Amino acid sequence: MSTSLDDMYREIIMDHFRSPRGKTPLEKTDASSEGMNPSCGDEIQVDFSADKDILTDVHVNCKGCAISVASGSMLAETVKGKSFDQVLRIAEIVKKMLKGEEVEIPDDPEFEDLSALQGVRQFPVRIKCALLAWVTLVEGVKKYKEGGADTAGAATTEDGV
Amino acid sequence: MATETRNTAAATGRLTGSLNVDLIKADFPILEEKVNGHRLVYLDSAASSQKPREVVHALSQYYRRMHSNIHRGLHTLAERATVAYEKSRRHVADFIGGVQPEEIIFTSGTTEAINLIAGTWGEMNIGEGDEIVVTEMEHHANFVPWFMLAQRKKAVIRKLPITVCGHLDLSDIDSIISSRTKLVAVTHMSNVLGTINPIQEIAQLAHKHGAVVVGDGAQAAPHMPLNVRDLGVDFYAFSAHKMLGPTGLGLLYGRRELLEAMPPYKFGGEMISKVSFDEVTFAELPHKFEAGTPNIADVVTFDAALTYLERIGMANARKHEIEITGYAIERLNSLDGLEIQGPQEVEQRGGAISFTDPNIHPHDISTFLDSRGIAIRAGHHCAQPLMRAMGKVATARASFYIYNDRSDVDALIDALVEMRKYFGV
Repeated sequence: MSTSLDDMYREIIMDHFRSPRGKTPLEKTDASSEGMNPSCGDEIQVDFSADKDILTDVHVNCKGCAISVASGSMLAETVKGKSFDQVLRIAEIVKKMLKGEEVEIPDDPEFEDLSALQGVRQFPVRIKCALLAWVTLVEGVKKYKEGGADTAGAATTEDGV
Repeated sequence: MATETRNTAAATGRLTGSLNVDLIKADFPILEEKVNGHRLVYLDSAASSQKPREVVHALSQYYRRMHSNIHRGLHTLAERATVAYEKSRRHVADFIGGVQPEEIIFTSGTTEAINLIAGTWGEMNIGEGDEIVVTEMEHHANFVPWFMLAQRKKAVIRKLPITVCGHLDLSDIDSIISSRTKLVAVTHMSNVLGTINPIQEIAQLAHKHGAVVVGDGAQAAPHMPLNVRDLGVDFYAFSAHKMLGPTGLGLLYGRRELLEAMPPYKFGGEMISKVSFDEVTFAELPHKFEAGTPNIADVVTFDAALTYLERIGMANARKHEIEITGYAIERLNSLDGLEIQGPQEVEQRGGAISFTDPNIHPHDISTFLDSRGIAIRAGHHCAQPLMRAMGKVATARASFYIYNDRSDVDALIDALVEMRKYFGV
């Protein structure tokens, strides 16, 4: 039956997959991190520029499945202009949501798209695909906060965020 | 052991030419399963084959009628189980070309069989600066044990590369295999590309330099007539579960004189001849390598799987696969932009076909096909060095066996067409 298939590949997800946001390279990159999903070979690079505590812009380059591409695209749309603390908070909510842990999803419009990722939970092997962009960004943010500008991080979904 | 009275496809005798797949399909109960509301189209036999009714029956009969521990028991059941266990060993020895039963070692799988060689022959014979030649298309099971051995011994791993068409590139083989070579590890058939390798030619060259040849037969043994003596390999490993048999059982063939000179791999019961606080002497072949209570039930059951394959005839199985693989390649090629990895010539390949779509990731392909009842595999297929050589991170792989026919290929193609519409790319 394709009902569960449509549950995972929701229209919002397919829209992000077909035309991913955050594809434009940044003029100024302050931090960059690479992530990969060893079990399926998805690869992602997340760059961002920052102004003090604010993530001003983000560039996502993902070579992977529809879920990892869509999740990366949603990330690009969501985190731009947020403070790093907010970014980490959002990443935490996404992570809990994907893992099926108890979490209150804020009633913000920006969570409208993100909550579409919940359908992935029915496909346990694909949860890592949806996590990849977020794990990678969090790694980049941590490194940035520790080391200041021009930092590079690396993450895999085996790190478990 | 009682056999079923049902007239199975295999029991109808040796069919010439292509197989009667309708009858064969009827022998495999799992193929009656519905998956996501669709008829199951099982195209993942390179990962593990399904089992005919006779094999399922043999396993249950074993536990119903003869289960007991083997070899030293003095009661009737122990005798029955021992006879059946050793009968299966003789059957394996015959199946791979009539070797001596003592040259067959039961292991947990191809992986353990290769680890056994690395951990015994390798430990004894590989030293600093020695070279181990491994092809670029090996499954991790025939790569990582050699890599680790080389690390332990400060030996050198030499790569036998592949061509863009997915064959082994033998143009430089005379410099790769040399007097420094101690061991050559080569797959008989690639689990990703389907390529059948010229193992005989490679073995001849290796032997000229005194090297030992390890053939990984996990993909080849289920699909073609096999004679390990003709191949010229010194060791050959394969798995029961990919050839209609149960999981958890591997077969290792080793040339007698090599096995005799090797130390045991594991120590314990069954593998000894005499034990005292002063001295331990080991049992004769093959028991020296089978410490502890072995996987009796699966060994006994495997006999039924081999009988089924022999009734079909391995030459017929191979002929059927050439036919269906050719049809699948032709139909896959008709899909615009779809790329098949590995040789296109059916005589030079087996029935595992890896492919990629320019816009849809293999995992999405697999998920979509599953929603239509079609089982394929997606990923790196435990062959990351090969993936790197091909410039891919993952592929989708459809693989065929005796119970697949053109209708299964058609179902795959129809679903791939539908998938492209679904993803809209």
